[in-house]
Amino acid sequence: MSHSSQPQNESRRQFLTGAAMTSVTLASGALLYTSAQAKNAADTVSDKVRWGLLIDANQCASGCSDCVDACSQINGLHSADPHSAASQQPQWIRKVTIKDKQTGKENSLPVMCQHCEHPPCVDVCPTTASFKRADGVVLVDRHLCIGCRYCMMACPYKARSFVHETLTDQKGHAPRGKGTVEACNLCTHLIDQEGGLPACVQACSQAGHNAMIFGDLNDPNSEIAQRLAAENSTALRPDLKLNPGVRYQGL
Amino acid sequence: MKRMTYSELDGKSRGFYALLAGLGAIIAIALGAAYYMEHHGHYVTGMNNQVVWGMPHVFAIFLIVAASGALNIASIGTVFKRKIYQPLGRLSGIFAIALLIGGLTVLVLDLGRPDRLIIAMTTYNFKSIFAWNIILYNGFIAVVAVYLWFMMERQMKKYYLYAGTLAFIWRLILTTGTGSIFGFLVARHAYDAAILAPMFIIMSFAFGLAAFILLLIPAYQWSNRALGDGVLLRLKSLLSLFIAAVFFFTVIYHLTNLYITQHHDYEHFILISGGVYTLLFWLGHIILGLLVPFALLYLPLGQTRQGMLITSGLVVLGGFAQLYVIIIGGQAFPIEVFPNKEIIATGFFDGAVGQYSPSLPEFLLGLGGVAVALVMTVLAARVLPFMPDSLADQYIDPHAK
Repeated sequence: MSHSSQPQNESRRQFLTGAAMTSVTLASGALLYTSAQAKNAADTVSDKVRWGLLIDANQCASGCSDCVDACSQINGLHSADPHSAASQQPQWIRKVTIKDKQTGKENSLPVMCQHCEHPPCVDVCPTTASFKRADGVVLVDRHLCIGCRYCMMACPYKARSFVHETLTDQKGHAPRGKGTVEACNLCTHLIDQEGGLPACVQACSQAGHNAMIFGDLNDPNSEIAQRLAAENSTALRPDLKLNPGVRYQGL
Repeated sequence: MKRMTYSELDGKSRGFYALLAGLGAIIAIALGAAYYMEHHGHYVTGMNNQVVWGMPHVFAIFLIVAASGALNIASIGTVFKRKIYQPLGRLSGIFAIALLIGGLTVLVLDLGRPDRLIIAMTTYNFKSIFAWNIILYNGFIAVVAVYLWFMMERQMKKYYLYAGTLAFIWRLILTTGTGSIFGFLVARHAYDAAILAPMFIIMSFAFGLAAFILLLIPAYQWSNRALGDGVLLRLKSLLSLFIAAVFFFTVIYHLTNLYITQHHDYEHFILISGGVYTLLFWLGHIILGLLVPFALLYLPLGQTRQGMLITSGLVVLGGFAQLYVIIIGGQAFPIEVFPNKEIIATGFFDGAVGQYSPSLPEFLLGLGGVAVALVMTVLAARVLPFMPDSLADQYIDPHAK
């Protein structure tokens, strides 16, 4: 008997081991499936929405850089001790003061990624790292960006920066990386929450200027859509027909 | 006319090993420079967020453009059936592959993330000319390799014309693709002209032939093989034609811009007020790169080997100057975000001419690409019979077209 029971025990052990492993594999697979379902991007990002900004240059105060400072702070853009020269440092939003050559009228205004409907940066990107989200936000996938900088050649607004040095102390919500390209992401980590506003818009409002309005261009009841319907506005370089999500008043 | 025979380089002389060692040292230094730039990040280079492509791109694009041009010698022999060019076909083909790989090496090592090359090879955005170029470059290597095989293998000789024609068409598309990198960028005044694509083809004819002459004369001298005047005089005439064609396209490109009011500021920048770019345009590209070599080719000095080496060297230097003006000068000219407005203050250099001065590592990386192309050609000629034993006049039919 002892001769025949040995193989039987062995086969039973093999069966039990196999069954255990199968159930572990299935269970973990199911677990992964569940978590993947829970984080489905389609739940939060929809093409029914088109996020946009309206910038009122009449309200924007010359000399105020609160929007730029807020952006730098919340996204951890500038280290205390950078190696990069000024022309190499990242700039997601900048203040520009312009004067009309004919009339002499001066305006101060912030410029950032204009989140075009037809973004040239997305067209030229060889690896699809530059992409437009369903809700119109133009982003860079840092896992796909090879750092070729062709998007920076193509952007008519100088909105993109290349990371020229090793980064430390990054913000968890704004991952960045040496050797990749980055730009304003409209603070997706904030606007993906119900009622969230980009940091620049919050800072402008806190400073009392209210020169920046954020909202859904597709929602006729939103403040931005109503203002755009009632008042004149323009895009930067409208001749390029890129239909940016950022519009300007008072230029 | 005697039968043409080919053989490998002997490769036993001290000079041969010294050449390989010298080129190997340049490649090692270039790899060190690339590592230095990748390790620290691009802040150690002269490139910045205004001028994003620098010296490595001038070298890379020169080598890639010259690669397609170097293949012309073979194409003229195969596709246009000019017998006098046929013995040069093998060397032309392998040199073209080597130049392309040299250029791509520089381009890849300058990427922000060269470790992600596999992404560029596997994830394509087919609306991007860059993505198409990756396919065109890889395809070029494969197509020319097959072309060389059919050229060198007697059994496959019957398909040689088809392979040669495919390679010729492929190279035309490839250079169009390279020129198109700069031809379709609406954002920048220098780069929204479709003429840049055919202009790059013409440039490739001149750069590739000049590079080929710079390879051919020393290769035959150092390997003690005969190189008759018959072949050289034919190449000389061809080079003068290509120089004239580059001049023609340059004039048309700038005349077109001068006609369009919107581009007047850019033309003023390049032709008059652009400092180093204006100097490189007139002195480097036009005078030293086109007018002087063109004149030299019709003077007695131009008929000699030294004269041809000087002429070809000037065409190459002029080509670098031309690409520097197109690539760096085109980026240095400010992007016009606000037409009809004057910039009073800016946090990001709006309206200002982009500043760029090439750093040493960038230059070394570029030189490394040249060395890669030369090492590959020399090693290939060492292991396979790419070079005719003799190009003396009695081996060449003087009446051949």
